Amino acid sequence: MTKDRNFTKIQELTYELRVRDAMIADVVTVSPKQAIHNLRDVMREKHISGVPVVDEGRVVGLISIEDYIRCLAQGEMDVIIERRMTRDAETLYADEPLVHAVRKFEQYGFGRFPVIERNGQKLVGIITKGNIIKCLLRKLEVEYHEEEIHHYRASHIFEDIVADKTNLVLKYEIAGKDFDRAGQSASRLKKTLHRLGIRPEIVRRIAIVAFEAEINIIVFTDGGRLTVSVCSDRITIGASDNGPGIPDTEQAMQPSFSTAPDWIREMGFGAGMGLCNIRNCADEMSLASQIGKGTNLEVVIYLNGNEADKDVRRQNEAS
Amino acid sequence: MKLKDIVERLHLESATPRCGLDREVSGGYASDLLSDVMANSREGNVWVTLQVHQNIIAVASLKELSGIIIVNGRKAEQEVLAKAEQEDIPVMLTGLQTFEIAGRLCEIGIRGNTK
Repeated sequence: MTKDRNFTKIQELTYELRVRDAMIADVVTVSPKQAIHNLRDVMREKHISGVPVVDEGRVVGLISIEDYIRCLAQGEMDVIIERRMTRDAETLYADEPLVHAVRKFEQYGFGRFPVIERNGQKLVGIITKGNIIKCLLRKLEVEYHEEEIHHYRASHIFEDIVADKTNLVLKYEIAGKDFDRAGQSASRLKKTLHRLGIRPEIVRRIAIVAFEAEINIIVFTDGGRLTVSVCSDRITIGASDNGPGIPDTEQAMQPSFSTAPDWIREMGFGAGMGLCNIRNCADEMSLASQIGKGTNLEVVIYLNGNEADKDVRRQNEAS
Repeated sequence: MKLKDIVERLHLESATPRCGLDREVSGGYASDLLSDVMANSREGNVWVTLQVHQNIIAVASLKELSGIIIVNGRKAEQEVLAKAEQEDIPVMLTGLQTFEIAGRLCEIGIRGNTK
């Protein structure tokens, strides 16, 4: 019942990875005509507790240390393997997803499964639970490392680029009336800013600005774009469209003022809060609109400013 | 309190089996207006709403909410649930109304955000 995020990630990996990725290809085998006593050296030297029995490349059975011990107790050391092995051994195909292997281990409770090619049925490897765990850990480590690299590379961009001033511009196209993809640009922007190493509380404010601006473009226009400019000290978010324009921008900024039609309101949009939310997150905000031409919104958020600076700036603007 | 405790104690139906429920809930927020949730919910909040369209997932993901409880026995489309799993936002269902579920959340110790 307890499922945490890592468990989900591992589940995902077991679908992605193949049995081939986790198996051991260098597999020790015995032939059916060998005598049981041969197993002693094979198992002791290789530290293994079960061996596929192979005849002309095909798996004909499986013999384990338990079988060996039983024969030892019965004094059957000279009996040939064929007569004491488990026939019809369960096998896995090399190209099966790893999750099939996991299920098979749960289902049968065996320690190992021989792995065969789908075409030709030849033995190509062997897999144990230990192999699966090792393979998953290796894959998790690689993925974790890759995300670290993404994060590292991106967050050092401003230090690595040699210039008097660096300005990174990100553009996101927004299709009008496309409610299914609403919020997607804001999500992509958020992920990018996170990778750039921008502080989480700043990213949160920018995400709100971008989301509300995106929704406005989707609800009221036939499309537009977000242009986000990242400098070392500030992020500027521009939202522009060629839509119908806003007749009275002062009025549009009033809390709860909305011109959204009912069907938009039913979806939970159009509460008249969008521009207010933007203003509350912005250090600077300007809204310019021309009827029939379109609307341009520009918001500046300072990267190093704290809330106190923001208040001071607001007071300065007001005075 | 963890999300899985809430699911158990309030008998919620989890609609996104691939999302883990082993996450801490910082509090609760109930609203059907997306901008209101954008403005006033906090990271880790569990969000109670009757909206069932895809945009709730975008909002929850942007605000890093711990999960969404959909009320009144409403069901989200398969597409919405797939998106939720992709964004790792657990969606839970209840037959109760917003007022009732919010009250029960408070009863078991989940609080609203104080200003």
